[in-house]
Amino acid sequence: MVYCSPTSLIVGTILLTAENLSCIKQDRLLFSQLNFSVSAGNGLYIKGENGAGKTSLLRILTGLSQPAEGSVLWQQKDITSDFEEYATNLVYLGHKLGLNGNLSAIDNLVFWNTVNSIDDTTDLYELLSLLGLAGLEDMPVNRLSAGQQRRVSLARLWLKPAALWILDEPFNALDVQAVELLIDKIKSHITGGGSLVITSHLDMVTRLNCDVLHMEYNI
Amino acid sequence: MIRVLNAIVKREFKLAFSGSFDFALPLLFGVMVISLFPLGVSPGPEMLQKIGAGVIWVSAILASLLGLEKLFREDFRDGSLEQLRLSGQPFAVILLVKVVVHWLITVGPILILSPLFALFLNLTPLMFEALFLTLLLGTPMLSLVGAIAVALTLSLEKGGILLALLMLPLFIPLLIFATSAVNNAQLQLNYNGQLGIIAAMLMLAIALTPWSISFAVKVSQN
Repeated sequence: MVYCSPTSLIVGTILLTAENLSCIKQDRLLFSQLNFSVSAGNGLYIKGENGAGKTSLLRILTGLSQPAEGSVLWQQKDITSDFEEYATNLVYLGHKLGLNGNLSAIDNLVFWNTVNSIDDTTDLYELLSLLGLAGLEDMPVNRLSAGQQRRVSLARLWLKPAALWILDEPFNALDVQAVELLIDKIKSHITGGGSLVITSHLDMVTRLNCDVLHMEYNI
Repeated sequence: MIRVLNAIVKREFKLAFSGSFDFALPLLFGVMVISLFPLGVSPGPEMLQKIGAGVIWVSAILASLLGLEKLFREDFRDGSLEQLRLSGQPFAVILLVKVVVHWLITVGPILILSPLFALFLNLTPLMFEALFLTLLLGTPMLSLVGAIAVALTLSLEKGGILLALLMLPLFIPLLIFATSAVNNAQLQLNYNGQLGIIAAMLMLAIALTPWSISFAVKVSQN
């Protein structure tokens, strides 16, 4: 059973649309006939128990996984039709941080910047000290704590000017200051006309005034 | 695009030579097999010359298999492959570059040391020439096709055995043509035919495998 909250409001142009999405994992139907859209300047907060299929849904929205049925549209076009174009509009932060443990934070971010064709106008050292990592920039990432590693991966939100953020439990392992910093960043992203899909077990996310999609665990 | 590929090449080299000596494992394996083999069989020069090409080729195949297992695995585990796929760059090209660099790092040293191997096993200069050419054309093909099998077994915890089984049918034709080229060289015959067939297999692999590799990675990420 999946339903969109009645407070769903569509403001601005619709960026991301899910059409009749179904997902089957290990012979279990996680969700079916899921429809929603996310517009510019708006966010979608996906709530649900463990195992309800939140991560699976997010991976389908990024195009990393294929849905059993249905399609994901970016500005009314199927994302598979021009996946590269869609990817340039997207930042995805998943459970895997996408950082190589043997490289330093700076090396990881410079590499990520280059493959994403982002011009090196941001001062990475300044950004990392904003994220509370001053002095740790050149340390191999696997020497950092879990929270610090998460902070390094969050730096991507400051680096890539993408319209859509898909964040899977971004607050995991973060301390209070980092959570505040991230919430502020997300708020300014939304007020700046960006859109957001987020999962989290923190109540703080309600402060973002997102639409809520509640997913239930069915056996 | 050139900047992106450059960055990938640099990162691969940096990772290969940072701290661990994993990259030297295939080479060490090859050296060990080739130096132990003459001790195991009779060390007579004629005997060694007869079996030399086969020994070098089998050890090169097994060494490249040993190295292949590491390809993509770490990037898959830490999520770097996901980020690469979402970077807006052609994924197949990125993976092709990774395979080529991996070949340079793991199989390259074996090619460089192959004159030494040829000396160990009493190959004539003509035979060495044929051996080197077949290795040069054959091993990249192994890496390219092997990368498909690696990509398919990424999501399995212990994919190594499955990988070896998947690759086995590929080794056989390559080994047959390569050793037959060296045998021809021993008899001072022309071996262009064998070389041509190996080259054709390589060309086919270059043309088709990048897309198969990227598809296989996508299947593993699904």
